[in-house]
Amino acid sequence: MGIRFVLMVNKQGQTRLAQYYEWLTLEERRALEGEIVRKCLARTEQQCSFVEHRNYKIVYRRYASLFFLVGVDNDENELAILEFIHLLVETMDRHFGNVCELDIMFHLEKAHFMLEEMVMNGCIVETSKANILAPIQLMDKTS
Amino acid sequence: MAMHGMRGLSVFISDIRNCQNKEQERLRVDKELGNVRTRFKNEKGLTPYEKKKYVWKMLYIYMLGYDVDFGHMEAVSLISAPKYPEKQVGYIVTSSLLNENHDFLRLAINTVRNDIIGRNETFQCLALTMVGNIGGREFAESLAPDVQKLLLSSSCRPLVRKKAALCLLRLYRKNPDVVNVDGWTDRMAQLLDERDLGVLTSSMSLFVALVSNNHEAYWTCLPKCVKILERLARNLDVPQEYTYYGIPSPWLQVKTMRALQYFPTIEDPNTRRILFEVLQRILMGTDVVKNVNKNNASHAVLFEALALVMHLDAEKEMMSQCVALLGKFIAVREPNIRYLGLENMTRMLLVTDMQDIIKRHQAQIITSLKDPDISIRRRALDLLYGMCDVSNAKDIVEELLQYLSTADFAMREELSLKAAILAEKFAPDLSWYVDAILQLIDKAGDFISDDIWFRVVQFVTNNEDLQSYAAAKAREFLDKPAVHETMVKVSAYILGEFSHLLAKSPGCSPKEIFNIIHEKHPTVPTSTIPVLLSAYAKILMHTQPPDPELQNQIWAIFNKYESCIDVEIQQRAAEYFALSRKGAALMDILAEMPKFPERQSALIKKAEEAEVDTAEQSAIKLRAQQQMSNALVVIDQLATNGAPPPPQVNQLSLVKMPSMSSTADHNPADQALSVANGTLSTVDPQPPSADLLGDLLGPLAIEGPPAAAVPSEHNVVSGLEGIPNVVDGAAIVPVGEETNSVQPIGNIAERFHALCLKDSGVLYEDPYIQIGIKAEWRAHHGRLVLFLGNKNTSPLVSVQALILPPAHLKIELSLVPETIPPRAQVQCPLEIVNLRPSRDVAVLDFSYKFGTNTVNVKLRLPAVINKFLQPIPVSAEEFFPQWRSLSGPPLKLQEVVRSVRPMPLLEMANLLNSYCLMICSGLDPNPNNLVAGTTFYSESTRAMLCLVRNIIVSVFDPGN
Repeated sequence: MGIRFVLMVNKQGQTRLAQYYEWLTLEERRALEGEIVRKCLARTEQQCSFVEHRNYKIVYRRYASLFFLVGVDNDENELAILEFIHLLVETMDRHFGNVCELDIMFHLEKAHFMLEEMVMNGCIVETSKANILAPIQLMDKTS
Repeated sequence: MAMHGMRGLSVFISDIRNCQNKEQERLRVDKELGNVRTRFKNEKGLTPYEKKKYVWKMLYIYMLGYDVDFGHMEAVSLISAPKYPEKQVGYIVTSSLLNENHDFLRLAINTVRNDIIGRNETFQCLALTMVGNIGGREFAESLAPDVQKLLLSSSCRPLVRKKAALCLLRLYRKNPDVVNVDGWTDRMAQLLDERDLGVLTSSMSLFVALVSNNHEAYWTCLPKCVKILERLARNLDVPQEYTYYGIPSPWLQVKTMRALQYFPTIEDPNTRRILFEVLQRILMGTDVVKNVNKNNASHAVLFEALALVMHLDAEKEMMSQCVALLGKFIAVREPNIRYLGLENMTRMLLVTDMQDIIKRHQAQIITSLKDPDISIRRRALDLLYGMCDVSNAKDIVEELLQYLSTADFAMREELSLKAAILAEKFAPDLSWYVDAILQLIDKAGDFISDDIWFRVVQFVTNNEDLQSYAAAKAREFLDKPAVHETMVKVSAYILGEFSHLLAKSPGCSPKEIFNIIHEKHPTVPTSTIPVLLSAYAKILMHTQPPDPELQNQIWAIFNKYESCIDVEIQQRAAEYFALSRKGAALMDILAEMPKFPERQSALIKKAEEAEVDTAEQSAIKLRAQQQMSNALVVIDQLATNGAPPPPQVNQLSLVKMPSMSSTADHNPADQALSVANGTLSTVDPQPPSADLLGDLLGPLAIEGPPAAAVPSEHNVVSGLEGIPNVVDGAAIVPVGEETNSVQPIGNIAERFHALCLKDSGVLYEDPYIQIGIKAEWRAHHGRLVLFLGNKNTSPLVSVQALILPPAHLKIELSLVPETIPPRAQVQCPLEIVNLRPSRDVAVLDFSYKFGTNTVNVKLRLPAVINKFLQPIPVSAEEFFPQWRSLSGPPLKLQEVVRSVRPMPLLEMANLLNSYCLMICSGLDPNPNNLVAGTTFYSESTRAMLCLVRNIIVSVFDPGN
């Protein structure tokens, strides 16, 4: 399976994007987001980027006011996921130009499209920024 | 940047953002939901653009955590929109809002299929992505062939094929029975030749799923993976877009190395050499650089390389490089690397012979136990737990105990359980064990489950030389000012049973002991009172000659509780009161508890159960299963064939040893025979499991003379030979002689058969010993290691192992020690050479003594003919001429099996596979025939090609 979910949460704990690769009910999502946001946001810069939660791990990274949290199976390569988060951010940067929380809020659909080009059913599908952004550019052209 | 035309959505998001509190947000969301709902009701007037806008609003609201129970139809209907923007929204929102079982998805299946087989690439991608994310059974049934076709099509562009690969992965994983992957070997090999790194990335995920399921079928893909790795590691032909901070796709490198970990070994010397060169380069060439991202990416690759080297466990020198690296990592400042260093060191424990090298880092690991980061502390705890053995248990457990007082609450329960298990498993001596557990209860009373104190009571009861020591310790702890309730229970129990052994020491007269226990009485909860009452009764019994003052004091307490509302307390009080007036009879009735039978530790079982996992079988877990477990005590085995299912084991219960008659039903040959015939006539008597709580806390006495108290059905179940049931009779029956025959746990024949098909597992187990096996086979040579594990707290002596080899095998067994120390495991390697083909089986004649028991078993060794086979693919051009050239016996054998139900083809193929026969699919014109090839190795014949053709004719087929 690999990646179980990708969350973007601001430092107040508000969810800005949530994509799950296993089906959870709304209550389960709410509970999960509450728990892991509490756990991760309380951590300091000197602590590592991995948090163990229930029977999986969260690999997270903070960019200014925004936290990127990725839930993965226990045997996933943590550093690869950590850099995958950065790849996602760089891809968004390339599109939005220095991406910020507002970009993701007001362009939720684009953030979703990018993520969808990068992850499918919990597996990494593409890591070339040009390839990831191609369909979005196509959409911009047609609309 | 304004959203293209979706102003309403932007306004809504702004509104949400401006909400001051959750309540305002809820009001705004409710208003919007009302609005969207009304608009959807009169759908006629809705343009696709409007639908798109509302559907996004729904997704937004859903993401905020509000239920959206309408509008799903609208989202699904957008999938059929002719234009790209609407269709895209339809697909994405549908896969976010709906799960695979949603009814509406069925409505979209035709549109999805049309998009997949249509000519529009972007539509194909959208459809494949949605099916890849939420496609269920019906999608698999109607779309799998189309998706396969796209994946392999040479006219399809990479952007479609990469999605097809992951789409197929989903359909296969969810419905392996629908998506047929037989014969995928060649296709997979072809996919791994792909140049496009996007397609390769996805295909590698698909490959990992296939190979994790059945690596045998994909041997031919192994060199291709190595080639991909070489291409990336040497940065050959990697487009700029796929390098990340100068590193050629670290993700693909990681995934490829993961795939390689599913193969047990790498045979081909050339492939092996290339792979080791690449790994060596990664191990040595990964430097720490300033740029964080580059550093992380290169270390992601490095850690995966470490995992692969550990898995291959081949080059001694490389292994020591790995340990050296890990030793460095666990001491660096960078917390991520420290965390991963500890994590990987824990994995390294699974590699043979690594324990000692890892132990050199013990001090550093203990330092990590005090790291400010809980993630790192957890890893350190896990590692310490894993690396603990008899030699360092003292240090580690004491360190854990010390850490307990400052540990986070979140960790204390786990910490206490682990400390308790280690203390039990590796106690250098039993008094130390008692010390450790009492300290543990003292420091972490709230986190101590009943199992932990029950266990210490069992040990003390079973070891006479421990009893006075334990009693003295218990007394010491009760002297402390604030004593935890659990400590009161365990101390009261131990003092009740054994304080008379201390009677001569100062401050230990029955009266003083009674006072010190009774002092705690006002503070304990109701659940502890029964234990106190039993202790009082025992103290009374041990006070000889009777002390009238003490007697009156205790009687007063019994009197008081005779009217207690709690039935348990009331009954005990009434019975003890009545009994204690019976004078001499009291001595018999309240006699010391008999020894507990050797039982599986409930703690260890609990720890095993706690390891819940929902992930698919990972490479690491598979490897862990292949390795011999360090735990000497394994979970309960299933009942043997034909035996009734084991009694319901409750959490506390520990299966008791039936007093066995000395019939030969643990003779493997007998069992094998009866299994083969399908009837197992000897049914193992399985007495009901002992309820430990009953043992410890149950009212000690019932009325009447001792014998009458043994319930009659127990006589039937376990008193086969008229031996009194020593366990259930508990306190009131004199301890009988244990009979000297020992019952194996699990079915020996089944274990043997299982080991014929795999290379590691348990060969034999009984209450005292577990014999495990791990084997490696190469051509006509085999190396087999016997792991002899003593499960007890006392040594096994007169251990003897003798190999009775058949004429065709040369077997050399290294020295077997005569004594196996308590709770230790010894390894005895066996070298095997296959001289010529034969179906005879080698037998291990094994015996040992435990106490008065002498156990002798004869065990068949799984050095059977198929272990000397190596699968090879055979082409039609090779197969049929060879097949025809073999004219008849002895080189060609035919056997017709009639009137049996034909095995499903897949099952048959799997069976042949597990015998190391490689299925060559598509060779035989009749799809119902299986054709397989393999090479047989023996010293006299050298490599010999063997072919199998398996013709299945169904008698129900009207054509025949």
